[in-house]
Amino acid sequence: MTAPAAAPAAALAVPFSRTVHAEWIKFRSLRSTWYTLAGLGFAGLGITALGMSTVGVDYANLTAAERADWDPTNQSLTTYLIAQLIIGVLGILVVTSEHATGLIQTSLAATPRRHRLLAAKAVLLTGVAAVTGQALMFISFFLGQTMLAAQGVPNASLGDPGVLSAVLGGGVYLTAIALLAVGLGTILRTTAGALVTLVSIVFLVPGFAGLFPSGLAGILDFWPSQGAAAVLTTLPNPDYPYPWLNLGGMCLGVAAVLTVAFVLFRRRDV
Amino acid sequence: MNRIDVRGLTKRYGPDTAVDDLSFTVEPGQVTGFLGPNGAGKSTTMKIIMGLASPTHGSVTISGRHYRDLPVPLTHVGALLDAGAVHGSRTAHSHLLALAASNGLPARRVGTVLERTGLTSVAGKHAGGFSLGMRQRLGIAAALLGDPQVLIFDEPVNGLDPEGIRWIRGFMRSLAHEGRAVLVSSHLMSEMAQTADHLVVIGRGKLIADTSMTDFMTANGVGTVLVRCSEPGVFARLLTAAGATVRDGPESSLVVSDLAAGEIGKLAAYHSVVLSELSPQQASLEDAFMELTKDSLEYLGATS
Repeated sequence: MTAPAAAPAAALAVPFSRTVHAEWIKFRSLRSTWYTLAGLGFAGLGITALGMSTVGVDYANLTAAERADWDPTNQSLTTYLIAQLIIGVLGILVVTSEHATGLIQTSLAATPRRHRLLAAKAVLLTGVAAVTGQALMFISFFLGQTMLAAQGVPNASLGDPGVLSAVLGGGVYLTAIALLAVGLGTILRTTAGALVTLVSIVFLVPGFAGLFPSGLAGILDFWPSQGAAAVLTTLPNPDYPYPWLNLGGMCLGVAAVLTVAFVLFRRRDV
Repeated sequence: MNRIDVRGLTKRYGPDTAVDDLSFTVEPGQVTGFLGPNGAGKSTTMKIIMGLASPTHGSVTISGRHYRDLPVPLTHVGALLDAGAVHGSRTAHSHLLALAASNGLPARRVGTVLERTGLTSVAGKHAGGFSLGMRQRLGIAAALLGDPQVLIFDEPVNGLDPEGIRWIRGFMRSLAHEGRAVLVSSHLMSEMAQTADHLVVIGRGKLIADTSMTDFMTANGVGTVLVRCSEPGVFARLLTAAGATVRDGPESSLVVSDLAAGEIGKLAAYHSVVLSELSPQQASLEDAFMELTKDSLEYLGATS
């Protein structure tokens, strides 16, 4: 192959932005995408509204020591627990629905460089999760604080120390979970398998945290719904003095899962 | 040149060999029929051509390049491997639009291929509600998006009604007439007889025949001649004496092999036998195919 022959081929190659655009068309052309995003809004805000509606009574019964630990920002952001699952479903489906329908063959025929196809899906999900997850965090925060104010309970505003960091941290956290879901979907290839694994990671493992031997307990400092979620608080926590480091640790774990996904996706027959 | 070169292709799944040292070429301007019984390795071979599965040994190139190295794949190769490979909740138009976007093709190509496959009126409908025939058409529309010079179809007439089968046959022919290289798989010889110019026959992953359709028919025609005459018993003895093999046919006719029809006629004239029928029989392709693959299976069975 001579250099002049290779040059036009490279010039004609499809830019990566086209691959991402194709993934966006696939993503937006499914009704289930919009149902899931609507579900994210309803469930997320519904939980905030329900949780905040009785807080006034709870606060009245608190002792002075408990009132010192009162964190209205964190109260309004607990929707992340459910939001991570719904955003995770989106991340899983963007890969597993192609395996379930056989569409993956068509997609790989059109984009045979497999890293490029998976990277496009990851970029798409990063964008979707960052926008919707961050929006949900902001809306939850403002809705929650408005309801707290209406009940005459101490509440936070965005300018208060640590508040913006917590709200932004929630968006980053949800984005990382979406990428984790893309990785799990790629590795496991079935919706059910990936979903069970995601639920195990974000709910079951934290639920059994007390049973962990001390040697393994350290990993929980960087685990979803555990240490990695410490970034959502505004009060200093002696267990997690630098909560962004804990979130960073989770992001490294997500990167490791994604790396495995890229290797397997490249090597497997479809 | 737009062609597919399969060289020494082998694919093993654990102890099973799906494709065994397979080599053949798909040339432009003709329909190459890829024939073999179910499980012969046709689909596996096609997946390897498309880069969907990796070969254990050997290689496949399309116009001299591996599929993965094609800069804009859809403009080189169009393939219909599985008509069901669409998301049922997506409209035909969206499905094709995403594919076009992935290769940087203009969106108007979507309308063009929908029209060519007769799907324009259902472009906005969900593919999940499509009949098998419509899904096949959608798969063919996807294959044509980039106006490729190489086309690959895996069992395109499976499950179609006669109308759909006739449409696909004509379509394959027209694609080849336009100078494209067309590879079509089937497990039915009769199907190939209607469409293919060239035949690649495999059995248990091994190449059995790689020949033009005409040569295949000549070589595998058993070449019998049906003879009817006034005294079949007498004439049968004369034919046998002349070196022919004779067996009884239907309604006291004779089925003669190893002697051409012309020679039989001369023999009858010489002995003043009155012939009421003298007709060379075109061996059925299906029989020839069965004969070929049966031999291959017996051969493999004996050695493995």
